[in-house]
Amino acid sequence: MIFLRLFLVFSKIGIFNFGGGYAMLSLIHNEVVEKNHWLTSTEFTDIVAISQSTPGPIGINCATYTGYTAVLNDGYPQWVAVLGAVFATLCVLWLPFLLMVAVSKVMLRYAKSDRVTSVFSVLRPAIIGLIAAAAILLMSADNFGNPSTETFKFVTSIILFFFAFFGCRLFKIHPILIILLCGIAGLLIY
Amino acid sequence: MFLTFCKIGAFTLGGGYAMLPIMEREVVDRHHWLTHEEFLDVLAVAQSMPGLFAINMASHIGIRHSGVKSGIICSLGVAFPSIVAILLIAMFFQVFKDNIYVEKIFLGIRPAVVALIASPCFSMARAAHLTLSNIWIPIVCCLLITCFDVSPVWIILAAIIAGFLWGRRRSAKKKNNFDKD
Repeated sequence: MIFLRLFLVFSKIGIFNFGGGYAMLSLIHNEVVEKNHWLTSTEFTDIVAISQSTPGPIGINCATYTGYTAVLNDGYPQWVAVLGAVFATLCVLWLPFLLMVAVSKVMLRYAKSDRVTSVFSVLRPAIIGLIAAAAILLMSADNFGNPSTETFKFVTSIILFFFAFFGCRLFKIHPILIILLCGIAGLLIY
Repeated sequence: MFLTFCKIGAFTLGGGYAMLPIMEREVVDRHHWLTHEEFLDVLAVAQSMPGLFAINMASHIGIRHSGVKSGIICSLGVAFPSIVAILLIAMFFQVFKDNIYVEKIFLGIRPAVVALIASPCFSMARAAHLTLSNIWIPIVCCLLITCFDVSPVWIILAAIIAGFLWGRRRSAKKKNNFDKD
């Protein structure tokens, strides 16, 4: 049963992913955190952090981790969870792959046609909205602390947020270095 | 081919576009599986297809070079290192996530991750030619998801249909003008 649901969810995530890893975050969040409760919002944020600092695309990393955790939390032994992880990852891949096989010959002409260009002129701005939504959904009390009851954690989080944001935008610090620095800061401050 | 793509998968942190330079060096310069022009074509296709960008690149390169079987081999090659890495981390994380030091580190990291997710919105805005006339698209999409709990699936479908219809109207208009002349 859990395998069937993993199959449906991750096939959907694979085929509806346009525009790179960040674009699929709101979709993964919607399916994995809100609908199926396989992960908590904090766990999801942690995986994005781990994905940033490990090799491979974020989509693959999320699928592998979620597959493992979901099957394990469903009460199966660890070796089944490993299968679940591999299974969820393959689910993300198979539909786009079939599509790629089907159109790999036609697509070359098609990819530069006016029709595709106009679809992407609407799809690209929409994807920016999806990414912004993922960021906003993660600006939660779970990740930042409650302003009234955990004021210290909240203020520290806001400072780290702006450090990371401007470090990345203005000073072009590498994301992995930012994660590393904020991890050290967390260890020292809390 | 599997090993080459394993290498590409293993040495690109952060995924996606970060792996383009190393992929080009391996596939075009070193192994001559594709010419430079072919590589750019593959890039155009991979960007306009659904799915993970890196995997799309790998599968299309494989298929173009020698058919479906190599396509599968190349995609699995790119995915393999990250599956192994995350599996190890997942096992480790289940045991250590309640460790007080690990929790402290992640308390510091979480806000930074949210900032790193928010950041590409601004660089992508330039690439997508966002102007005052279409800035409403990302804002409406974002509000629909965050305030009205609309699934991103519907937004993507709606954007594809809207873009398609808009393109058809535009080309019809162009044709009309042409006929008049």
